[in-house]
Amino acid sequence: MSHDDVLNPKHMPHDPEKATLEGKNKFVGFWMFLGGETVLFASLFGTYLALSGSTSGDNTPENLFGLELVFIMTMLLLTSSLTSVYAMYHMKNHNFKKMQLWLGVTVLLGLGFLGCEIYEFYHYIHEYGFTFRSSAFGSGFYTLVGFHGGHVLFGLFWITSLMIRNQKRGLNLYNAPKFYISSLYWHFIDVVWVFIFTVVYLLGKVG
Amino acid sequence: MSNAIVQQRGIGAMIWDYITTVDHKKIAHLYLVAGGLFFLIGGLEALIIRIQLMQPDSNFISAGLYNEMITMHGTTMIFLAAMPLIFALMNAVVPLQIGARDVAFPFLNSLGFWLFLFGGLLLNVSWFTGGAPDAGWTNYAPLSSTSPGHGVDYYVMGLQIAGAGTLIGGINFLVTIINMRAPGMTYMRMPLFTWTTFITSVLILFAFPALTVGLFLMMFDRMFGSAFFDVTAGGNAIIWEHLFWIFGHPEVYILILPVFGAFSDIFSTFSKKRLFGYSAMVFATVLIGFLGFMVWAHHMFTVGLGPIANSIFAVSTMAIAVPTGIKIFNWLFTMWGGSIKLSVAMLWALGFIPTFTIGGMTGVMLGSAAADYQYHDTYFVVAHFHYVIVGGTVFGLFAAMHYWWPKMFGKVLNEKLGHLGFWPFFIGFHLTFFIQHFLGLMGMPRRYWTYFEGQGLATGNLISTIGAFLMAIGTLIFLYNVIYTAIKEPKASADPWDGRTLEWSLPSAPPFYNFKQTPLVRGLDPLWIEKMEGRKGITPAEPLGDIHMPNGSILPFLMSMGLFIAGFGFIYQVDNKLWFIAVAVGMGLFFASMFTRSFKDDLGYHIHKEDLIEKGDGKE
Repeated sequence: MSHDDVLNPKHMPHDPEKATLEGKNKFVGFWMFLGGETVLFASLFGTYLALSGSTSGDNTPENLFGLELVFIMTMLLLTSSLTSVYAMYHMKNHNFKKMQLWLGVTVLLGLGFLGCEIYEFYHYIHEYGFTFRSSAFGSGFYTLVGFHGGHVLFGLFWITSLMIRNQKRGLNLYNAPKFYISSLYWHFIDVVWVFIFTVVYLLGKVG
Repeated sequence: MSNAIVQQRGIGAMIWDYITTVDHKKIAHLYLVAGGLFFLIGGLEALIIRIQLMQPDSNFISAGLYNEMITMHGTTMIFLAAMPLIFALMNAVVPLQIGARDVAFPFLNSLGFWLFLFGGLLLNVSWFTGGAPDAGWTNYAPLSSTSPGHGVDYYVMGLQIAGAGTLIGGINFLVTIINMRAPGMTYMRMPLFTWTTFITSVLILFAFPALTVGLFLMMFDRMFGSAFFDVTAGGNAIIWEHLFWIFGHPEVYILILPVFGAFSDIFSTFSKKRLFGYSAMVFATVLIGFLGFMVWAHHMFTVGLGPIANSIFAVSTMAIAVPTGIKIFNWLFTMWGGSIKLSVAMLWALGFIPTFTIGGMTGVMLGSAAADYQYHDTYFVVAHFHYVIVGGTVFGLFAAMHYWWPKMFGKVLNEKLGHLGFWPFFIGFHLTFFIQHFLGLMGMPRRYWTYFEGQGLATGNLISTIGAFLMAIGTLIFLYNVIYTAIKEPKASADPWDGRTLEWSLPSAPPFYNFKQTPLVRGLDPLWIEKMEGRKGITPAEPLGDIHMPNGSILPFLMSMGLFIAGFGFIYQVDNKLWFIAVAVGMGLFFASMFTRSFKDDLGYHIHKEDLIEKGDGKE
């Protein structure tokens, strides 16, 4: 039996992402990786909380943060998580075109989020002179939120690459796990943002 | 002449084979050789430290160089020697013990190794570029964040790269053990070495990201002007200590648990008995792993966290003595009434029990927060952690290497030379470190460059140095044994120790696909069960069929080299922004290789059934 026959069966199974041993390994391995990522962000949150009071001048969380923009960003990212669920739904129904469509929407929403974040940082730096170096709060803020933003950027490259790579050949048992774990990653980014929204922005405003 | 060319091509092909290999057995060889080299470098640094401290008012090396020596000795031994040697054993043994043909992610396995090696090389390049790291292996801020020169920068970048490799390795073993066990190999039938590898991998997964963050913060402070540890800008130096020890305490269990597993297998094999209290051993391993995350602040009793925090961490620390004690007693009961064979592996295991018990006892002493104010930062601490890390991990590595050497290299290490090497190392070890308890209690602080005459420290330090040289002699005898065995010893049989677990059902060394037919596991100690029922080999779980194998790849090497180059860029961009070119080139190579991996399908290949029948597997 050649690889082609194995990876393109006549009847695609219901869970194409877990139909091969490689797929199962990727699935379990990626969950493990996300466990490690959780500790990574927990450490960054801890550091941020320890330093969030170490502000300089008027650049305190209350003065800097604008909840309007952050609300838009939250909506963009939460919606993108939903659209990636749609994409996985279509993957399980072996509808490749619709999966690509919803992944495309996910990427666009992610781009919107990232654009807002870049604008936010630009705004802080140029309007307020609030930078990575200006105080320990600044270092902690840009590192935590920046790490998340970096993850979003990486996720965008990842999902886009998968879409382009598989555009012509469609879904098979080799690339299904890849699509699936990229969507897991995307959900994780979303969950981290929920915590950033709460701990950094909401608490910052109340603080 | 033609012969010479063939020979040369042979070597070139072999090097290429090892650089591109994804075979867990060859990656084990790589880990063993690289980890062994770093072990020798770290040992040399230890000898230099001991020569400096041999007599009072010594001027053998300068104070600055001394700081570099202690820093690099600790960092090298922990990250570049002990961990890779443990990974060598895991790679060599775990897939065989669970009846798998390879690990879950062969490509990542290779990537993990090359990241470790390039990280270690980066760290050691610092010796030649104006000074090694000099802030201690714990690298406490603000000493580290303000240390002049680039030494600490090398520490940060080197460990970041090597640490990423370790994390990848940990995830790989987790998935391998969860997904790749042979039919019948339930969790409670796994050999103890596989169990401890499993728990160790969990520790790696949850501990290393804290170090990753700590190193990033240190990198940002030193290279990009952030203020995490800069108190004048509102920073907090204690954050480093927390992050470092949230990683660092699980790390010591990462170092000790795998050798606990190896000892369990060794005691059981050489006592000809199944392990006493198997399920209690598993439970104790899990409990040690869990508690290992609850005790990090016992490294920080004198920081001033307050009596409540200190009490909680003191209690949790002492609690770890319970599962550890369970293990010690179970090993003793395994031997009790057994038919004991005093092989070299068993000898190291026997030497381990009293040694480690002493280290555990001083651990409980140190865990008492009130008393710790007296012991903190003295040679008492140095003596304690060498008793557990050398007396535990290094003894364990020697034991495990003697035990599994035939499985890794196809030859049994010479037993006479093994016995000969054990005694100088064992006696030298106790000579070096037992006296250090008392030096510490007499008030000798750790990390001091020298001490005055007439303080009563001279004799103890002299004894300690003599012991260090005995340990060096023991190590040299081991190295001689390796060479002697390679040249003189005959090929080993499949099962030289009358073993109990699956790896001994395979030829020594096993074929590259490990199991011709996936084995059927019918209980704990599966090979022993088959032997007791009069069968020669393991019952197969499947008919003979095609075997799927992964392709080798150069990409892991290139990715790691990319990060290595980028590491230099990050370190030197502080002096000259042109170094960002190196960052771009290195990261470019890294991401391009990653991208290639993603875009080019790698489906592996099949070994056909017919070829398997022709070759035979040496079992008959």
